Amino acid sequence: MRKQLGAVWVIAEQTGGRLAEVSLELLGKARELAALGGGSHTSAVLMGSEIRHLSEELIACGADQVILIDDQRLELYQNDTYALVLEALINKHQPEIVLCSASYCGSELSATVAAKLETGLAAHCVDLHINNRGEFVQVVPAFGGMVLGDILCPKSRPQMASVKPGMFQKPDRDTTRTGKLIKETVAVLEGYKSPLKAVRVVQGQPSGLPLEEAETVVAGGWGVGADAWCYLEQMAEALEGAVGCNRPALDEGWAKGEHAMIGTSGKTIRPQVYIGFGVSGSAHHVVGMKDSGVVININKDPQAPVFQVSDYGVVADVKKFLPVLLEKIREQRGK
Amino acid sequence: MKIAVCIKPVPDPKHYDKITINSETKLLERQGIPMIINPVDKNAIEAALQLKEQLSGKVVLVSMAPPDARETLKGGLAMGADEAYLLSDRAFIGSDTLATARVLAAGLKKIGEFDLILTGSGSADSGTNHIPSQLGELMRFPHLNSLIELNLEISTLKMKTKIENGHLEYEGSLPMVVGVAREINNPRYTSLMGVVMAQNKPFITWGLSDLGLDSANTGLAGSPTQPGDLHLPRHGRKAEMLAGEPEDIAGKIVAILRTAGVLA
Repeated sequence: MRKQLGAVWVIAEQTGGRLAEVSLELLGKARELAALGGGSHTSAVLMGSEIRHLSEELIACGADQVILIDDQRLELYQNDTYALVLEALINKHQPEIVLCSASYCGSELSATVAAKLETGLAAHCVDLHINNRGEFVQVVPAFGGMVLGDILCPKSRPQMASVKPGMFQKPDRDTTRTGKLIKETVAVLEGYKSPLKAVRVVQGQPSGLPLEEAETVVAGGWGVGADAWCYLEQMAEALEGAVGCNRPALDEGWAKGEHAMIGTSGKTIRPQVYIGFGVSGSAHHVVGMKDSGVVININKDPQAPVFQVSDYGVVADVKKFLPVLLEKIREQRGK
Repeated sequence: MKIAVCIKPVPDPKHYDKITINSETKLLERQGIPMIINPVDKNAIEAALQLKEQLSGKVVLVSMAPPDARETLKGGLAMGADEAYLLSDRAFIGSDTLATARVLAAGLKKIGEFDLILTGSGSADSGTNHIPSQLGELMRFPHLNSLIELNLEISTLKMKTKIENGHLEYEGSLPMVVGVAREINNPRYTSLMGVVMAQNKPFITWGLSDLGLDSANTGLAGSPTQPGDLHLPRHGRKAEMLAGEPEDIAGKIVAILRTAGVLA
């Protein structure tokens, strides 16, 4: 008889009692993998303090069961305590696949747990699927997204993968779904004295609409320059969208901060419309915007690689063209 | 204070657009791309040098790389590190992050005791960000990744790590393994004098048997993850080029925005 496959787990990420969107995106993918034969069912692991209420959302978004560890000692994320708890849970329940967020904390936690268990972890996966031999294939970017490579984990279990926010579609909520709540305790932390002390979390939402929620993203690159950057901001405002940027524009200090960066080391977005100005289209950036609806790019170099990922292209000096387009958009809005 | 910095030679990210896959061999083609020290590893070297300047001590570089990485690593000595150890063996080829961490941990243990082990938060080529955490686990040291601040106050380490839209504050004590983010400092420029002095600094190369490792635990054989096929990302679109006077083009874009439903 064929051995019953273990579960597909999603390590839910929450800060201050708020679930990260990526955890829900991962649940959608986890269900797909379980259905394709990668595992028997989908579980979400929820760790923290006073977070029980979040289990409903996880079930509505696809978890068949939620493994809840609600303990004061887990109030603030800390890699050592969280990793000890997760290691113990994995050893007890033996899941087949464990999916984590590739956020800063998620990357650290998954790498720590994989080392403890001496198992394989594929980082920042852009796709996950089950191949025709029934193997779990994890597709990872290399060289800033220029190349994609399949990763397999043939012997060790669980097979672990981390995925950046925005990579998969968030599933529709179904409040009629039911699931099991399994409460676990943290025996492993009894008597444990941490060598680290998490003092506090300092986190603020940057002003304006978050990039990943904007329907229109106006992105700027090297070609914009310091003086013309203000037009991008005005255009985003006129379109009720958000300003994004690539690495060169961030390094120059034109963009407001890392929360605006699109690409391998930044955000993955899928707005209805992406308009890029002076963005060359390096692989690092394209990885983060390729799934946008309509892509328009303006660049003075007709050979710029960005035109290969655009629906519409304009060869023009961005600094001169920006104010012209801004004016036209405002004109239309005024009608 | 004895500080180790683990660094990795990587193909220069400025040239990644030239990387292709050979259609016959299905292997990566990256010839002619210069090798450099992984950019954020230079921030780790800088952090180590600043601590040395503050507290005196020694900064040792450790790298698992092919033999030809020697010249690249010398760049770290030229910045001001004192010694370099190159861990190099055919048996290390194909190591994933866990197998790499095993080799680095074996090298560090053989060199001696360290108060602090620094490295960059991730590499520009594979970019997993696993090494700081996995090395910490194998060394059995407390560890943190993506540090944007590191201060040693008497015997307490005060640290800030980067998270989405903010940071976490931690306190810890030595010894530790930490991965630094680029925000932590600005790496110093290398002086000509530094380059000259690097030529006479100790440079030691060790292989599998020097480290007392078993080839079953290193390289492809010792890696839980195994590489499969390589692909080039496919996200090509056929751009319709809009031409005409700037005013006309702007009008066309406005029409596209209206069709897409983002402009009334």
